[in-house]
Amino acid sequence: MSTGDRILTDEMIAEIKEFFPRYPSRQAVTLPALHIVNEKLRHVPLQAVVEIAQLLDLAPAEVQDTLSFYGMFPQDKPHGRTRAWVCRSISCALRGGDELLEHMCDEAGIEPGQTTPDGSLTLEFAECLGACEHAPCILANEELHKSVTKEEATKLLGTFK
Amino acid sequence: MEPVLLANIHRSDSHTLSGYESTGGYNAYRKVLAEMSPDDLKDLVKESGLRGRGGAGFPTGLKWTFLPKNHPGPIYFCLNADESEPGTFNNRILMEEDPHQVLEGLALSCYATGAETAYFYIRYEYPLCYKRLTQALEEMYAKGLLGKNILGSGFNLDIYLHRGAAAYICGEETGLIESLEGKRAWPRIKPPFPAIEGAFRKPTVVNNVETAACVPHIVNRGVAWFRSMGVQPDPNNPRDPGSFGPKLYCLSGHIEKPGCYEAPLGITVNELIQEYGGGMLDGRRPKAAIPGGISMGLLTADEFDCPLDFSGPGRYGCLGLGTAAVVVMDETVSMVDYLHNSARFFAHESCGQCTPCREGTSWSLKMLDRIQAGRGRLIDLDLLLEIGDTIGIIPGTTICGLADGAAWPLKNAIRKFRGEFEDFIKQTNPDGYAETSPVPALHEIHGH
Ligand SMILES: Cc1cc2nc3c(=O)[nH]c(=O)nc-3n(C[C@H](O)[C@H](O)[C@H](O)COP(=O)(O)O)c2cc1C
Ligand code: SF4
Ligand code: FES
Repeated sequence: MSTGDRILTDEMIAEIKEFFPRYPSRQAVTLPALHIVNEKLRHVPLQAVVEIAQLLDLAPAEVQDTLSFYGMFPQDKPHGRTRAWVCRSISCALRGGDELLEHMCDEAGIEPGQTTPDGSLTLEFAECLGACEHAPCILANEELHKSVTKEEATKLLGTFK
Repeated sequence: MEPVLLANIHRSDSHTLSGYESTGGYNAYRKVLAEMSPDDLKDLVKESGLRGRGGAGFPTGLKWTFLPKNHPGPIYFCLNADESEPGTFNNRILMEEDPHQVLEGLALSCYATGAETAYFYIRYEYPLCYKRLTQALEEMYAKGLLGKNILGSGFNLDIYLHRGAAAYICGEETGLIESLEGKRAWPRIKPPFPAIEGAFRKPTVVNNVETAACVPHIVNRGVAWFRSMGVQPDPNNPRDPGSFGPKLYCLSGHIEKPGCYEAPLGITVNELIQEYGGGMLDGRRPKAAIPGGISMGLLTADEFDCPLDFSGPGRYGCLGLGTAAVVVMDETVSMVDYLHNSARFFAHESCGQCTPCREGTSWSLKMLDRIQAGRGRLIDLDLLLEIGDTIGIIPGTTICGLADGAAWPLKNAIRKFRGEFEDFIKQTNPDGYAETSPVPALHEIHGH
């Protein structure tokens, strides 16, 4: 593995270290560290895993083991600048969630889990976003879109740059 | 009833410290720190009969007493804000609209249990909650409501937000603890229970957000008030402690006014739909409802007189009250589609540690995929029932309750709607439903 080019910036490292006093173990900083790196790089490449492991006094395999369990952290290439989750669980499905996801995939020309060629959007399905009263709903980055119709979804897709 | 937990959510400043304090917020905290010992508070919560709102309904005060006596510490408190059970969003409303109410409840719970560090484990998909809670915590520290020697009482408390990473199993209490420790969220074999050996191998309490939010109201309004609402213990069942207090019900699906409503424990599904939800969407006839999150199983429309207290849904063949999240389906819904959706959820979310859960959830999904694609056989229904009857048997074959949650939709849908499944199979696979027909592989159906 290459050790030459460091991926974690000083800023990321400082941010990760801020979490140390909160927990009695360094390993507990794994998820916060993965989030910090993923928010900056939109993925967590293997080299970042190695560097996080060093910071947390862990074997890289331990960090990788955790990372691979969660659906949050792409590794091979960055997710889109917007990451949109379309809910497919029961309350949303009853109000057209499955059709909405299909419609959006058709419009964007990608399958769930994929990123558009221009890197603007990753579309994913979600299991219950906890906003079932607004079914069907979409979480796009930090923003929840409520009771979304196909027409609104088309418009929304146009806003992802 | 007059809402208590939701009393202030319609105010524009309900999420700020000044808004919260202007309606009596933190009075309970101030009173307890000045006048009550941790044991006094523990006893008060015990007497109130408060039961956990996170799904299992375990008596909260009793859970707190399982912590070892005179432990040198540290003791940890984990607030479970992972809320991923499909249909459920009451915790989100509380955290978004009234975060200080939740934090006051958490701080009181920490005081009662002797925890000086609390981890607020919040699912990643709740960015607005995270933002509001971050602000609320800053306000609390600035006001001296957290930190060292709080309000001169000698009590110390730090609360840290910890974000999850999109996995349902992080809501299971020991899965949550493993995830907090930086590992995959694999539930632990119990015992030891978290009260003895939890986060970082120390005694730990895990409670739900709504459970914590009830605590300040019990302090302010008293045990008699709390017990005046709900359902008395069943005299024929010595193990039923009753269902007391207000409860947040999440109502979604084919409802005119989906939303989160506060009502006493014991309200019926019908009352909830009619009095709160504005009736069925477009006036259509109901067909079925999930009584408390997708894990709990299914009620038929004939069973909508089911009371939503901790023992109600169990009497109607469901797993229990769960999160009291009611999802209503009208007569246009295909039970095959419903069950497929449920099976897909559990197959996706099983953590994979236990063979019955891992294999049973994915096997049932494969069968339902095939049935939905028009290649079902009648014998599949018995096979699905067999899976349902064998994957989740608490306690016994699996480490956590997810497998049970996967089993009840299977059992209920096929037992309560068997005719519909049979008709679907006969209509979509008229030539091939003989029991001897070979089972096609999935790629033969989907063509890939
Ligand atoms: C698969 C599974 C998922 C769960 N998800 C949650 C959850 O999201 N939130 C929650 O509070 N409890 C959840 N629970 C229940 C917790 O294990 C635990 O009982 C609860 O947090 C205790 O809090 P309470 O006593 O205040 O209810 C889940 C249980 C299982 C088996
Ligand atoms: S029952 Fe399922 S989810 Fe729970 S520990 Fe076992 S495999 Fe994991
Ligand atoms: S089912 Fe879609 S947000 Fe809950």
